[in-house]
Amino acid sequence: MSTDRYSIFSVLRESLRGHSGWKPAWRDAEPKAAYDVVIVGGGGHGLATAHYLASRYGIRNVAVVEKGWIGGGNVGRNTTIVRSNYLLPGNIPFYEHSMKLWEGLEQDLNYNAMVSQRGVVNLFHSDGQRDAYARRGNAMRLHGVDAELLDVAELKRILPMLDFDNARFPIKGALRQKRGGTVRHDAVAWGYARAADGRGVDIIQNCEVTGFRIEDGRIRGVETTRGFIGAGKVGLACAGNSSRVAQMAGLRLPIESHVLQAFVSEGIKPFIDTVCTFGAGHFYISQSDKGGLVFGGDLDGYNSYAQRGSLPTVEDVCEGGMALMPSIGRVKMLRSWGGIMDMSMDGSPIIDTTPVDGLYLNAGWCYGGFKATPASGDCFAHLIARDAPHLVATAYRLDRFARGRTIDEKGVGAQPNLH
Amino acid sequence: MRIACPHCGLRGVDEFAYFGDASVTRPAADAAETAFADYVYLRDNPAGAHRELWSHALGCQSWLVVTRDTRSHAIETVEAARDVALARTSEAQS
Ligand SMILES: Cc1cc2nc3c(=O)[nH]c(=O)nc-3n(C[C@H](O)[C@H](O)[C@H](O)COP(=O)(O)OP(=O)(O)OC[C@H]3O[C@@H](n4cnc5c(N)ncnc54)[C@H](O)[C@@H]3O)c2cc1C
Ligand SMILES: [Zn+2]
Repeated sequence: MSTDRYSIFSVLRESLRGHSGWKPAWRDAEPKAAYDVVIVGGGGHGLATAHYLASRYGIRNVAVVEKGWIGGGNVGRNTTIVRSNYLLPGNIPFYEHSMKLWEGLEQDLNYNAMVSQRGVVNLFHSDGQRDAYARRGNAMRLHGVDAELLDVAELKRILPMLDFDNARFPIKGALRQKRGGTVRHDAVAWGYARAADGRGVDIIQNCEVTGFRIEDGRIRGVETTRGFIGAGKVGLACAGNSSRVAQMAGLRLPIESHVLQAFVSEGIKPFIDTVCTFGAGHFYISQSDKGGLVFGGDLDGYNSYAQRGSLPTVEDVCEGGMALMPSIGRVKMLRSWGGIMDMSMDGSPIIDTTPVDGLYLNAGWCYGGFKATPASGDCFAHLIARDAPHLVATAYRLDRFARGRTIDEKGVGAQPNLH
Repeated sequence: MRIACPHCGLRGVDEFAYFGDASVTRPAADAAETAFADYVYLRDNPAGAHRELWSHALGCQSWLVVTRDTRSHAIETVEAARDVALARTSEAQS
């Protein structure tokens, strides 16, 4: 244990001695010769997997190897929205499992991840869209997930700044999930890292996996920029780079890598206290606790491993924002950035074994993998520890594409640009 | 990013529509089912040179095969998709 328990007493104690007694939240570990399990990728999913392996499934001889620094990937680049408003049977129980883990996360980790259930409001602009959202809301409620349809009068009360009578996209109402909201993304990475480290997991940064040692169809370990590390089992959680890493083990995946951008404005006074998505274009927005408006929209739209985006998309996203809430037009944009995501061919993820014994795959998280972090970690840990899928993740198989069992929320067929 | 359309010259990327990996080809009608599954779903997804289909949708509407580095967006070549397809057919026949 390298860390103290955080509490009101530790904060008070440290405030009286100039905050000189805080210890690093996790050790900067050197790689050992071998581990029971090596997780490749120190993003949210990899760190969560390590935490649950150690805390729920009794496997503590674990390393997380990360080519950069933890939190440097998508877990620290996303727009922090969490929700479980899915439609299809394979998805709803999984994302609801994730939502429940978010609700208990801070107690589980002893870490303030700023879980904020401020609600997620999806606007609709036509009768057809109202029907589609009513259907989605009903599917959620049948699975025991909260959902409510809001009319314009109710919406005007909670989001008065919307352009309700927009000539082209009048707002007719919304589907709201009250339990959805935002979670401080960096804190999720740090909280999982600290909790996993506390149970003996080694977090090894600046250590890129460059190959796999496979003998007689069984994984023996990983080649890295810091030498060979032996492993009984290896789990891949390399969001955005899954194709590249899996290729080193001879696998070809149903995935393309694409860039998604995000944007933050200058800090302003409290303006919007929920998450809101535009239904007539691709735009979503919330406000951070520092006051910045956090927003985003579509993918740039072509394969990319460059962690930066192009200007036409910036323009498109900002136009979406102006169509929805013209009052933000004079707020200055402070920063924008991009992250590379695995876009799977049906918009749903993969948590499965692979043709290589002892090699497990967690990939294909698309736009929405942040909200999945806790459940993804729990289910991947379950799979690795027990060689059987977790009950809520049985649909996320790698062979579902060839078997015609895709999980296509949008119902549009094979294309790598879905949610 | 700008793409040099062989017909219209250098144009902004927002005039073009993207249609993905140009190297995948439809298997023969009697090929095994797995060949079709691979064709529809699996991609090399390289970090580096990528041959990809674009249409100059808001321009001359021609289909193009662009070879682009997915790490830097540097474009190596832009060819008319028709020429690429014809070359592929004549290769298969010879
Ligand atoms: C701009 C943007 C906004 C988003 N907004 C949302 C949102 O609001 N809600 C939501 O639910 N989702 C959102 N997402 C998606 C979400 O961020 C991702 O799906 C999710 O974070 C991916 O899982 P991860 O945290 O494990 O990924 P990452 O943090 O990217 O972790 C993967 C790690 O693997 C490492 N790695 C790769 N190759 C190697 C190697 N060879 N060796 C060692 N390590 C390696 C990488 O360095 C990286 O740190 C957004 C994504 C982006 C880019
Ligand atoms: Zn042209």
